[in-house]
Amino acid sequence: MNPEKALMTQEPDARASDVSDAPDATASDVPATAATGVHARIDVSGVVSGQRPEAGTVFECAGVDVYYGDFRALRDVSLDVAEHGVTALIGPSGCGKSTFLRCFNRMNDLIEGARVEGTVNYYGVDLYQDEVDPVEVRRRVGMVFQKPNPFPKSIYDNIAYGPRLAGVKRSALDDVVEGSLTRAALWDEVKDRLKMSAYGLSGGQQQRLCIARAIAVQPDVVLMDEPCSALDPIATGRIEELIAELKTEYTIIIVTHNMQQAARISDMTAFFSVQANEMGHRTGELVEYAPTSLIFTNPDDPRTEAYITGRVG
Amino acid sequence: MSVLTTPADIATSHALRRRPGADVAGAVFRWLLIGATVFATGFLAVLLAVMIVDGWDVLSGNLWHFLTHGFSQRSAAEAGVWQGIIGSLQVALVTGVFAVPIGVATAIYLVEYAQDSRFARIVELNIRNLAGVPSIVYGLLGLAVFVQTIHGFTQGKTVIAGGMTLAAMVLPIIVITSVEALKAVPSSLREAAYGVGATKWEVLSRQVLPAALSTILTGIVLALARALGEAAPLVLVGAATGFLSFGDANMLETFTGPYTALPVQIFNFARLPGADWGVNAAAASVVILVLVLAVNGLAIYLRNRFEKQW
Repeated sequence: MNPEKALMTQEPDARASDVSDAPDATASDVPATAATGVHARIDVSGVVSGQRPEAGTVFECAGVDVYYGDFRALRDVSLDVAEHGVTALIGPSGCGKSTFLRCFNRMNDLIEGARVEGTVNYYGVDLYQDEVDPVEVRRRVGMVFQKPNPFPKSIYDNIAYGPRLAGVKRSALDDVVEGSLTRAALWDEVKDRLKMSAYGLSGGQQQRLCIARAIAVQPDVVLMDEPCSALDPIATGRIEELIAELKTEYTIIIVTHNMQQAARISDMTAFFSVQANEMGHRTGELVEYAPTSLIFTNPDDPRTEAYITGRVG
Repeated sequence: MSVLTTPADIATSHALRRRPGADVAGAVFRWLLIGATVFATGFLAVLLAVMIVDGWDVLSGNLWHFLTHGFSQRSAAEAGVWQGIIGSLQVALVTGVFAVPIGVATAIYLVEYAQDSRFARIVELNIRNLAGVPSIVYGLLGLAVFVQTIHGFTQGKTVIAGGMTLAAMVLPIIVITSVEALKAVPSSLREAAYGVGATKWEVLSRQVLPAALSTILTGIVLALARALGEAAPLVLVGAATGFLSFGDANMLETFTGPYTALPVQIFNFARLPGADWGVNAAAASVVILVLVLAVNGLAIYLRNRFEKQW
């Protein structure tokens, strides 16, 4: 399947057939064909050779600015996101890392007055072209939010919601629900109460439910916006284990305030910082993007070093 | 010197001991609130008691006749409120048919489509002002527009004209409560649905509207209850204050024939001379209260059904 075309067509069936197929269909098909053209560009950010062999590039961002009305929240961010890895976005509050995360699935569209400039290429397709349907983008680039936000429905219906919209047949839904919950490491805990309200779950379970809901539509990418900030350390540990397992099938981009978390789970880390202009407006910018091991041991930029060693922020 | 005692003195100085009169303002405020609540409920209770006592002769002895017979000019004992009950329910039905879809649709447009535009803010402000316009003004509007201008549709002073007049009156209430209900739907719910690839229509119809439904329903019921209790605008657009004959018109034809409504009948009973008409007025007031209560009860039942899950 050619992703360039898929994003722009409005046929719901195109996606539906993917989901009802074997679980791995999308993960293996789409990137393999699409990545060939951009393969050569992967070393842009100074990846140490040998550390990331044979990975394709999912996103290429060039000169991304995000404005809220007249206010520029994020300036000139350029980075590439590799396939099947975990990319962490870290930085102090207000540095625009969540804003940047929301560029990847056009979630900023929902914010009145938000405007994205520059290019965000997803397998070579600029997501901000007029012809791109944001709904199609969000089916491929799923999202998990800071606060667990299950629908006020049963556990089953929470997972089945996305696949139903995508046109998965009723008979296939049970398998999709079980598969998604299993991959989110929640199945054993909830298999006897699928028809009960998702609100009865603990915070950590709700967040894993939200992850299961996100992967139920077979996305290529899962965006996570501080997914553990509302959870205790044990629930956080489970989510981190889950992320490590999920990255074999999905590309994961995660915003986190917790630098240890970034160090533990990510392959690449982008450090954002914030600068106030003379008007007092605070604009975020990308300071450094490098393999996580480098960022945390030998950062290039003094601002990164100050932040990760705890002298700032 | 510090305002607080030093830790060493805490045990000996009684610094932590509860002092009488430490929070007088708080205690006074609490009693003020209790007083206001007692006054509000007490006032209603007295009103209800007076109506029941005044109307007792009819309510205890003659209730069935009262509920099943139309107006009679001969005597208070023969007069009933049947036509008023039917008329009020018909008017409320027409009111709902016009006001609910238009009101809810307006609210959805303002919140979900016009979002925070200047246009939306101006419209919303005007609608809020309209909610404060006295009902008699809507009666004049109804007379000019619904009775005269679109006479061909309403057939003049009919249930349809009355219902449309009340619909115009309660429209702002429905719009405002629906707007508040939609705004109260947490954005996390919308994001969750958009996040798995829902279209705007899917987010609206399957998440946002169901989430707001119970509050919207409450607003609709408040609006209909207000419409049920209105007399003044209905008198202007033709509700009969005296004798009324349906003739042999069937139920459908009564929508475009002469009509009356309970509040109008109460007004009529109350202005007729003689104590027995007064008893009728009180009894009819109890009837309309029960009617409004029944509508409210239905709404609470519906709300509880929709509130849990969708």
